[in-house]
Amino acid sequence: MSTFKSRNKQRELQEKLIKLALISAAIISILTTFGILFSIVFEAIEFFKLRSFWYFITGTIWSPGVEGSQFGALAIFTGTFVITIIALSVAVPIGLGSAIYMSEYASSSLRDYLKPVLEILAGIPTVVYGFFAAITVAPLVVQIAGFLGLEATFNSALASGVVMGIMIIPVISSLSDDVIRAVPASQRRAASALGMTQAEVIKNIVLPSAMPGIISASLLGLSKALGETMIVVMAAGLRPNLSINPLEDMTTVTVTIVNSLVGDFEFNSPETLSAFALGLMLFIVTLILNMISLSLIRAFKEKYKVNTL
Amino acid sequence: MRKKQKTKQHNPFYDSTLKARHTSAKRFKKFTLTSLIFSIAFLIFFLFDIVGKGIPAFSVAYIKIDVAYNEKSVEDSRLAVEKKYRKIVSRAWLREIPNQVRQNPQLMNTIQSIWVLADDQVDQYLKGHHHKLKDKNRVIVDELYAQNLIQRKFNTVFFTNGDSKIPEYAGFFSAMVGSVLTLIITMLVAFPIGVMTAIYLEEFADDNKLTRFIEININNLAAIPSILFGLLGLAIFINLFGMPRSSPLVGGLTLALMTLPIIIVSSRAALRAVPDSIRQAGYGLGLNKIQVTKDHVLPLAFPGVLTGSIIGLAQAMGETAPLIIIGMIAFIPDAPTMVTEAATVMPAQLFTWAGMPEGMYIEKTAAGIMVLLSILISLNIVAIYLRKKLEVKL
Repeated sequence: MSTFKSRNKQRELQEKLIKLALISAAIISILTTFGILFSIVFEAIEFFKLRSFWYFITGTIWSPGVEGSQFGALAIFTGTFVITIIALSVAVPIGLGSAIYMSEYASSSLRDYLKPVLEILAGIPTVVYGFFAAITVAPLVVQIAGFLGLEATFNSALASGVVMGIMIIPVISSLSDDVIRAVPASQRRAASALGMTQAEVIKNIVLPSAMPGIISASLLGLSKALGETMIVVMAAGLRPNLSINPLEDMTTVTVTIVNSLVGDFEFNSPETLSAFALGLMLFIVTLILNMISLSLIRAFKEKYKVNTL
Repeated sequence: MRKKQKTKQHNPFYDSTLKARHTSAKRFKKFTLTSLIFSIAFLIFFLFDIVGKGIPAFSVAYIKIDVAYNEKSVEDSRLAVEKKYRKIVSRAWLREIPNQVRQNPQLMNTIQSIWVLADDQVDQYLKGHHHKLKDKNRVIVDELYAQNLIQRKFNTVFFTNGDSKIPEYAGFFSAMVGSVLTLIITMLVAFPIGVMTAIYLEEFADDNKLTRFIEININNLAAIPSILFGLLGLAIFINLFGMPRSSPLVGGLTLALMTLPIIIVSSRAALRAVPDSIRQAGYGLGLNKIQVTKDHVLPLAFPGVLTGSIIGLAQAMGETAPLIIIGMIAFIPDAPTMVTEAATVMPAQLFTWAGMPEGMYIEKTAAGIMVLLSILISLNIVAIYLRKKLEVKL
């Protein structure tokens, strides 16, 4: 009896230890987020001690590395915005269209083939997209623009935006496809019974029901576009350009972060620290987008009682 | 005609807008199909473009000439070949002459007629690409070509050398080794932590505030831009802990934190798919929670866990941005042997080459992309195969 008891005690101790190990593993993921947050926030604070926050937000001259360097990020934000808009205007219609075809029109066996094919697009490393954008798409944009009598640069925002859009297609199509399929079939049947054509059912019944999920997918795509680095580093320009003409070259937040850190500046110089200030902006914006996106999808899940999303 | 109109009038279901509605329905279907076809067409165009640009890099020009191994050529390797061939032979290859003599002392004071790597401009000229070969040298090349003394052979240099500032001598080998070392670190860190977190959340945790917080956290972590992980690696691992810059150790740790959410999410899904009856049967036999999890739930969930980890590994393998931030774009001619040495990884090497002006680097970038993509595709196929093979019907 006593051996049984002691063995039981040993077992309990063992169980506690293992559980402790498991919890500490889970804590690491929290630590990572806080690690990212704090490492960026502290360095960003260092930067704002050296340079004005307001000028950073509203200034238009970004001139690191020269006498009296200035850090006005407005032109960088503009470039990021323009390239992101181009990317989304490619990715949202094509991604959503593909999702609708896969979930509503294609047979399930065809869909089983189509979905992995689209997901290949998501598996291509971004450096490869960057090379493709710089070597193939950018010259093509220059040629086409020239044919239309316009002038485009080889680092045009259009080339990197379009390729980035293609990269985001699977992000949008995959999630939208899941959400559209999760809309209960009874809704479709009810609408068909009222005499709607299939397209009308989709447009009037299915898409409005799936809208939270579609918006959520688009927001995820948006945050991906904002944070995408390699495509813009390789194909977009380096010059902060306060313009909204997509045929001109412009630079983005991520490009500027990379450039500030690959130079030979001291770690505590404002040039290097500016990368962290930009990183903080990026972190805050993507965090907000992710939060909205997650809560939208959670609301959809609760409304339609689906667990597979 | 009259009859038809009559039926229309008497048909209570006749709707004059129906025709337009059907056309619009067809148009809508065509639009969705077109967008799908566009994505697939892009993929095909992209693959053809990369393969078309990359294939030439797998062959490279060699010249058969006399190479003199003697005191002079060991000292100044350019003297090993006749003056008129100097411009068309690879400088980098000639630099290997002292090394060759050291390895094979009997070569000393002999003249060997061997295949020597050609200069990159000769190679580009033979491939019909843009080249900067002078007319004088072009005549020599044409002559040798007519005598079959210049040939394009399989490019072994690409697979055995590291990076080089001389285009024809640049290879992918050290980047491949760097990638392997980095990914070993990534998996050693991410796999146990990821699987343990998944087990905790799925099997042990109660639904309390802490658990929900961890969950939200993981979801957010999955969507944070990768470049921010680079900033984390720079600030924490390099500046705070003083780990060596550009090393696979820091790269691997940074990628591990990025891969963690992928492994956690897929492992949780795999654990959730194990039916409760298995657990209940275990408890019924008097096993405790740890025994049930370790001996019954985990083995059943293993294929899913493995698949998720391989997919996470594949993603980490293609990641570049955070590694650039921590300095893994260094010029690395020799393959690293330790995880603390400076190294480069495959995507970072591609990034470096893509920025080079010489035409041969473009070829090599595309060829490197072919290598990288085929590894990624094989990893995915392995993941799918393992899942199919190990999957137990529950």
